[in-house]
Amino acid sequence: MSIDIILFLGLAVVAILSAAGMLFSRNAIYSALFLIINFSAIAVYYLILGAPFIALTQITVYAGAIMVLFIFVIMLLGAEQTGRTPASWWMRPLGMGLGALLILESLYLIFTHLHSFPQPIEIIDGFGNPGQVGEILFDKYVLPFEIISLLLLVAMIGAIVLTKKKMKR
Amino acid sequence: MSEYLPIVVLLILSAFVAGAAIALGHLFGPHHPTERKSLPYESGMTPFGPGARRMPVRFYLIAVLFILFDIETVFFLPWAVVFRKLGLFGLIEMLIFVMVLVVGFLYAWEKGALEWE
Repeated sequence: MSIDIILFLGLAVVAILSAAGMLFSRNAIYSALFLIINFSAIAVYYLILGAPFIALTQITVYAGAIMVLFIFVIMLLGAEQTGRTPASWWMRPLGMGLGALLILESLYLIFTHLHSFPQPIEIIDGFGNPGQVGEILFDKYVLPFEIISLLLLVAMIGAIVLTKKKMKR
Repeated sequence: MSEYLPIVVLLILSAFVAGAAIALGHLFGPHHPTERKSLPYESGMTPFGPGARRMPVRFYLIAVLFILFDIETVFFLPWAVVFRKLGLFGLIEMLIFVMVLVVGFLYAWEKGALEWE
């Protein structure tokens, strides 16, 4: 077994256990903390797949900023303790049915296409590092990049307008 | 993957330092808990009600602003790496990007979103 396979399996255990922990925690704050572990494990997956810039973004944006927002929203709503809300009778059978359908479909696709999956392309050295991302982003994709700043501006103004209105009541 | 070894070493080192701090505290600190001592401290009064109160919406605004400027920072990294290669064009691109966000920053400042009140 190569070191990559061992890393992959170890991370899979971490990712799945933290995801399960997130789902089964009664306290929403603990769920959020489990999600941070999950995000970190996914970030290392990106590293293994040869996408260091995405791994870095996963840590700074998802495990960092998004989780800060999640935790603030949980505390804002006072939803730390999720009470036992009675589930409707159709929820459990529907969830089981959809889950079974997904698994069956995935298994069918995997076994019918077992030998026709495209071979992974050999990635060139330094592929996906911040330098290469920068070279393409600031050359070929200048316009989308500049539009991102507008998107961020809209989000900023939107957040301020919404929360300011609440303050004035 | 071996170029990430320093990060792994740093992670192990920080986990060790954090763990050692907690372990040493447990080992050498006096530890005589009583029921009264373990109560949450509420200025000497007997605590009542849930410990966590709902947070004001202010925190949400701060979190959103943090995310937006965090994403801006993420875009700075690939730019900074190839800054010399891009030359003047890259500088102007980034200036436009930053100017748009400075408008948002000034708006937030003007609206008092950065003040705590």
